[in-house]
Amino acid sequence: MKLGQVKEILEAELLVGQENLDLEVEMVCGADLMSDVLAFTKPDSLLLTGLTHPQVINTAEIAEIKAVCFVRGKRPPAETIERAKEEGIPLLCTPLLMYESCGRLYSHDLPGCSQVEEK
Amino acid sequence: MSGKVQFTRTQELIYEMKVGEVMTHSVVTVKPQTSMNELREVLRSNRISGTPVVSNDRLMGIISIEDFIKWLANGPPKTTVAERMTEAVVTVYDDEPLVQVVSMLDRHGFGRLPVIQRKHKKLVGVITRGDIMEGLLHKLEIGYQQEEIHRYRASHIFEDLIADRTALVFQYRVVGKDFQKAGSGATRLKKTLTRLEIHPRARRRAAIIAYEAEMNIVIYTNGGNIMAKVEPGLITIKAQDNGPGIADVELAFTPGYSTAADWVRELGFGAGMGLCNIKECADETTLDSVVGKGTRLEATIII
Repeated sequence: MKLGQVKEILEAELLVGQENLDLEVEMVCGADLMSDVLAFTKPDSLLLTGLTHPQVINTAEIAEIKAVCFVRGKRPPAETIERAKEEGIPLLCTPLLMYESCGRLYSHDLPGCSQVEEK
Repeated sequence: MSGKVQFTRTQELIYEMKVGEVMTHSVVTVKPQTSMNELREVLRSNRISGTPVVSNDRLMGIISIEDFIKWLANGPPKTTVAERMTEAVVTVYDDEPLVQVVSMLDRHGFGRLPVIQRKHKKLVGVITRGDIMEGLLHKLEIGYQQEEIHRYRASHIFEDLIADRTALVFQYRVVGKDFQKAGSGATRLKKTLTRLEIHPRARRRAAIIAYEAEMNIVIYTNGGNIMAKVEPGLITIKAQDNGPGIADVELAFTPGYSTAADWVRELGFGAGMGLCNIKECADETTLDSVVGKGTRLEATIII
C-alpha cells in the first residue's frame, strides 16, 4: 500500500517526506518497545508507535523500517524530525489510538509482519 | 555520465522542481506612492532593471527601467510609480513547476516573473532565468555527488587485497548513559556494511546485534566499545565494557528479564529482550561477564 493511502486511512498528518507519498509499505508493526520492533519487524514495514524519542529513528534505520507513524496524536520533538530527515525516513502523525490505527490498516488488507515472508 | 543523460535529467528536473525552490526570496520592491525620482535611486543602487510594486504584501504592478525612460522623455516631474507601472502583471505561483516559468518567459519575452504564494496571494519572490540555471546546476551537482558516493563502494575490496586471509575491522566507541548519542555506532556500522555490499539479511542481523549491544552498554555501564570484523562469509561482532557485569548470565538471556531503571523503560528500552534478540540474530553467541569488572559479548553471523 502506498504511504499516501496510509495517510488517508489514518487521517494522518505528514511531518517528514512530502516526496515519499508514493512509497510502498508492505506490512505493519505496532509497538512501543524498541526491542520488539527489532525482534518482530521485517524490512519495508510501517511502524506504528507511541514513542517519539529520536531513538525510534535509529531503531527504524537498523530494522529497515520504511516509514514511522506516531499514534495517539503524539508529536515528536525537533531532534526526532531532524534525525528522520537525515535518514530519509518519512514520519506521519495520527490522532487515532494504537488499536484503532492497527484495525483500520488491517481491515484495508495491510498484513502484519508475521504474515509476510522475508525477501 | 554522457551528455545525453545530463540533458534528460535536466528536462526531468524542470518538471520536478518547483518555483519556490529556486526563486530569489529577498526582493527589492517599491510602493505605489513611491515617486519616479526615488525609483531611479532604487534601480541604480540595487543594479536592477525593474521591480515589483507592492502594497500590504499584495502585488499591485511592476515597473521597469523602460517605464522610467519613457517618463524621463515626456512625463510630468511629480509622478508616482502607480501612474506609470504595468498593472496587468504576469505572475507564477510558488508551487508551479519550473517548466511553466520557462515557457512563460519565452512566450512573453520577460526577464523576470513575480512569484505569488497561492494561498495568501502574497508576493514571496522573483524568478529569473539566472535563478533557474543556478537551481538546476545545484540540483545536478547534488545528484552527481550522491552518484560518486554510490560508485565508491568498497565491495570489491576483498578481491583487491592479496592475502591468505583478509579481515576488515571497524570499531565504534560507546558513551555510557548518553541516550542522545546512543545508536550512532550501530547506525554507522550498518552504513559501512551497506557500502561493503554485505547481503541485506546478514547486514540487518549484524546491525540489530550491534544496536542491542550498544544500548546495553549505554543503559548499564559508563561506556565501552563495539567492534565488527568482516571476513568473506563471516561477520563477528564484539561488544565490551568495564561496567558492573552480569551476575546471572543465564537469567539475563531469559526473555523479559531486565534490571533496567524506569527512565530506560519509559524510552522503550530495557524490556528484557536485548540479549534474546542478539542470540536470535547470531549464529553463535558467547557472553563472558565478571561482576565488578565488565562484560564481553561476541556474536558471529555466517553470511
